[in-house]
Parts: sequence; C-alpha cells; structure tokens
Amino acid sequence: MKRLMIAAAVVALTLGSALTGATAQEKLKVGFIYVGPVGDMGWTYQHEVGRRAIQEQFKDKIDTSYLENVNEGPDAERSIEQLVRTGHKLIYTTSFGFMDATAKVAKKYPNVMFEHATGYKRDKNLATYSGRFYEGRYIMGQIAARMSKSGTIGYIGSFPIPEVVSGVNAMMLGAQSVRPDMKVKIIWVNAWYDPGKEAAAARALADQGADVLAQHTDSAAAMQFANERGIFAFGQDSDQIKFGPKAQLTAIVNNWTPYYAERIKLALEGKWATGDVWGGLNSKIVQMAPYTNMPDEVKKLATETEGAISSGTLHPFKCPVLAQDGKPVECKGGTHLDDGQILGMNFYIKGIDDKLPGM
Amino acid sequence: MEFVEAVLLTVITASTPLLLAASGELVVERAGVLNLGVEGMMIVGGACGFAGAYLTGSIAIGALCGILAGAALSAVFAAVTLGLAANQVASGLALTILGVGLSGLIGAGYVGQKIDGAGHLYIPYVTDIPLIGKVIFGENAFVYFSIALLIGIWYFLYRTRAGLILRAVGDNHASAHALGYPVLRIRMLAVLFGGACAGLGGAYLPLAYTPFWVSGMTAGRGWIALALVVFASWLPFRLMVGAYLFGGITILQLHAQATGLGIPSQLMSSLPYLATILVLVAISWVRGRRGSPAPASLGLAFVPDR
Repeated sequence: MKRLMIAAAVVALTLGSALTGATAQEKLKVGFIYVGPVGDMGWTYQHEVGRRAIQEQFKDKIDTSYLENVNEGPDAERSIEQLVRTGHKLIYTTSFGFMDATAKVAKKYPNVMFEHATGYKRDKNLATYSGRFYEGRYIMGQIAARMSKSGTIGYIGSFPIPEVVSGVNAMMLGAQSVRPDMKVKIIWVNAWYDPGKEAAAARALADQGADVLAQHTDSAAAMQFANERGIFAFGQDSDQIKFGPKAQLTAIVNNWTPYYAERIKLALEGKWATGDVWGGLNSKIVQMAPYTNMPDEVKKLATETEGAISSGTLHPFKCPVLAQDGKPVECKGGTHLDDGQILGMNFYIKGIDDKLPGM
Repeated sequence: MEFVEAVLLTVITASTPLLLAASGELVVERAGVLNLGVEGMMIVGGACGFAGAYLTGSIAIGALCGILAGAALSAVFAAVTLGLAANQVASGLALTILGVGLSGLIGAGYVGQKIDGAGHLYIPYVTDIPLIGKVIFGENAFVYFSIALLIGIWYFLYRTRAGLILRAVGDNHASAHALGYPVLRIRMLAVLFGGACAGLGGAYLPLAYTPFWVSGMTAGRGWIALALVVFASWLPFRLMVGAYLFGGITILQLHAQATGLGIPSQLMSSLPYLATILVLVAISWVRGRRGSPAPASLGLAFVPDR
C-alpha cells in the first residue's frame, strides 16, 4: 500500500511538472509537408536544410516536425489536417500540388497559419512564397554561351509547365545576349525525379552534340555524367560540385533558411500576416554556387550579371522579348514582362528550334 | 556510325537492371509463386549495395551486399506466403512498401555521398573496333553477368532435372507433391533466388548506372521487370529481347526529343509502355485457344495435406 502511494505521488509530480512546464514555456509547433523524401538531395532536401536551421536557431521557442513523401492530391489534405490536430500552429506545404488541399484546410482552421510554396491561392491565414529561379538561369545562359564549343546547350526538363518553360527561356535569353546563334536541345523526361532516366537523357543530349548541360530535374545524375564525359553542366536545387568537380560551372541553390527564419520570428512576435514573397537573388532565396571550371573573364561576366540582376538594373525578361515567330510579346510590366506573364509562361522565345509540348 | 554505337551503349546500360531483376522473377514465377515485391527488393538491394561499396570501396562487395539484402527481404515474403500460406498478391505489395521505407532508412546516412562506379572492360585493340568494339567488349561486369545469368537460367530450366522439377511445381503443385517433391522447399529456394537477382538489379543503379544514392532511385523499374516476365511469356530468351526492346524504345524516344521533332513528349514517354501493352495483346491474340502461357499454379497458395 505504501509503495503504491509513493508511486502515485511520483506520477502526480511528474504530471504536474510536465503541465507547468508546458504553460510556462509554450513552444510554437511548426510543421512541414514534403512531396519527396528528405534524401532526394534536391528540392525537398533544401527545404529540410531550412527546417533544421530554424530548429537550431529558435531551439527554445519552437518545435518542428515534417511529413515526407506526401502525395499531391486528396492524401495531402489528410496529412495537413493531421499536423493541425497534433497542435501545429504554423504549417508549410512545400510543393505546387498541395495548393488546393492547403487552401481547403486553411479555411477550416482560421487560427492556424499556413504558408504554401510556389502557389497562387492566398487567404487571411494562408501566405505563399517562391523563388525567382529564372534569374539564376539567365546567368547560366551567359556562362554556357561563353563555355560551349559546339554552340549547343542540352536541357533536361521535368514537365512542360510554366515554371520550367520560363527557365528554358531565361537561359536562352542570357545565352543570346552573349552569342545570338546559341542553340538548345531539350528533352522532357516527364518526371521530377528518376536518376536513371535523367542520366540517359544527359547521354542522349551529349551524343547529339550538346557540350553544356542544364537540368530542371532533381538528381545529380546529369552532373555526374557530364563529369565522366568531360563536358560542362549546371547544378540544380543544391550545390552539386561534389558530383562534378571538373564539370560544374555553377548551380542554382534554393536557400529557404532566411525566409523561414524571418517568418518564424514574425509568428513568435505575433506579427505574422499573410502575403506573397517571390524572392530572387536579392532576397538570397536564390543563390549561385561558386563559379568554377571557367576562365576569370567568364567569372567576371557572371559576377557582374549577378550583381546587376540583384540590384534590379537588369531584368532577364526585359522587353522586347520575341516569341518563336519573331513577334514581340506584349510588355505588361513596363520595361520587362510582369510577374503574371512569367508565372504563366507557355511559349518558347525566338531561337529555340523546338515545339513546346502541349500544356 | 559513332552515333549508333553511342545509342547501343546507352540502351544496354539502361536495360541491364531490368534484365537482372526480371530474370530472377521469371524463375520465381516458373515455380508458381507471384512475388510483386520486386520494386521493394530492388531498392533495398540498391541501398545496401551502395552502403557496402561506400564503406569498403569495393564494387564487388557492394554487389554482394545488394544480393544478400534482396534475398533477405524475399525470405520475409517466403516465410509469409509459403510458411503461412498468406495471399501472395497482398504480401508482395506489402513487401514493396516495406522495401521502399526500409531503403530510405538504410540509405539516410549516405545521401550526397559518391563512389567511383563500376569500371568498364578494356581489351587493347579489340575494344577499339568501331561500332561493335565498345558494345561487346567494353561493358561493365554487371552486363556480362546478366547475360551469363540468363543463359544459366535457360540451361537450368530446360536442360536439367532440377529445372524440370521446378517447372512441374509451378504447373501443378498438387501432382508434384504427390510425386514426392518438396514443393515448399523448392519454392522457397526460387523466391530467395529471385530476391537475390532483384537485389543485384537494384544495386546496379547506384553502383554502375548513376554512382550515388538517393531515396526512391529505382523509380518503378521493379514493376517494369514484372511486366517483362509476362511480356516474355515466361521464356528466358524472349525476356532478353523484351528488356532490350523496352530499354531501346526508352532511349530512342529521348533522342527523338532532342532532335526537336516536336512530337508531344508525354506521348513519347509513354511509348515503352504502349509497346508493352501492344505486344501483350498480340501474344494473347496469337495464342488464342491454346490458353495462357502462365505456369498453371501461379499465385496459388500450397498447403500440403497431412
């Protein structure tokens, strides 16, 4: 009997301290929904890097957790709700395909803050954020035009959606600004992520004469192939220099940490508000990996262009932008195409000898 | 000419993992067991294969790790479907889901690491013969092994007594049992062999094709291997034709895109699968009244009467 009472006292004590501990220092629970595995070394991995960084930075104030490999579609809604029900107050859904599910759940739980990456549906408690990756692609185009001997860029595309198409166009605009007759060969692998197929596409492009490879898919397969073949390549999502020490010219690095840190700070101070952030080189969401494997003069050109885009004096889609038939595209942004035109880009520019697959 | 050689080389490297995994599954199905867990066994083989090669620096040890991992996972399947006579379809699907999760766990520490991929054969002068030199004498060890394996399987199934017994078990397990053959033991060995082959096929990806590890890198190749076995109507050499045909169409559609023909890429990407369906339809249409070429006891649980 005595032992039982001691046990009960211990239980009561621990329960009590746990409860007071919780009230004295209520941590903000932050949840992430990932479309891929954290080990993809690309898109999802970069979000995970951001999550780990903020967890470290706000150690005593927040708790973070994530769900990986969440299917886009009806399954996503259930996963997001699961985070809400387990007490998460700020939830990041990190793929375009989570847009409708996020909007729906956000409507249902007005007291929870949501942020959705790369989408366009917003609400009082649903913000959006994305990166201007086309800025980096313009710089890559200039580098490619200076480094290519054959005058042909090989481009491995995932799906023919506006984000990817605007990347192809930005790269070609950059290339044409240095060398007007640059050519591009494009292969769509119709997957974000299939290392084997990406490698096969890289090989096919190289066999057809491309000597600088760019990709909008998520693995380092093309980089590794380029290194083996002795041609150049650009990294995607993260710095892939390890896979192409002799091949990587630079890489677009998605850097979500400063954005996440700022938003968490606002949320902790109670100042979080909805909005839309589309950050580029200037905001450090888009970063360029070091310029490597190129002569100093090309490095200088790249650095200057990066500075010009960052400071706003150069816009990759400055008017006039000529469509494939040579007619100028309507210039809605005054001196350059406006954000809506870039976000919905569904045409190739002049100089791309290919037909855009139906979107 | 150089271009043709380049295409042939790419086709062979893309087809080999399919061929390895499908060869194993062919033997499993010939013994009357349907193991839908090929994708899971492949990806675990890939993770363990990469881990082994990374830790030891040896591609051969990596391949061995892949083989053992695939076989170990198939042992789980054997225990459930043969030992407990559970439903093979459901168990196979569960095995795939288990394998994909397990591989992520095993491979977590190796994401972003790289190794030197498997080397290629080089015989002075011979490998330099234009057009065929590199294709025949310049491949990596996996390619040669996959072909030797297939010839071995053909010889075993059609030229040995043990192979005849295995086929008998797959066609009518009750009769084979009545004749005194140990049905379950034979099936278990076949399942383990299939697991080993799938593990090796999976290990080929991070060891020879794209020498790094990322989760989910098999990207559905296990399912294609399963389809190839049906495509080949359970015949070893037709399996080889199927694997190279599938790889060939996959690669050629990439080349067709790069030349800018303007055919919708979505249609091109679906070509290999369309071709598979067409051939399957053609086969069953030609066979018509002669019935299905599948082993008659395929997918049926066997419970010995006491």
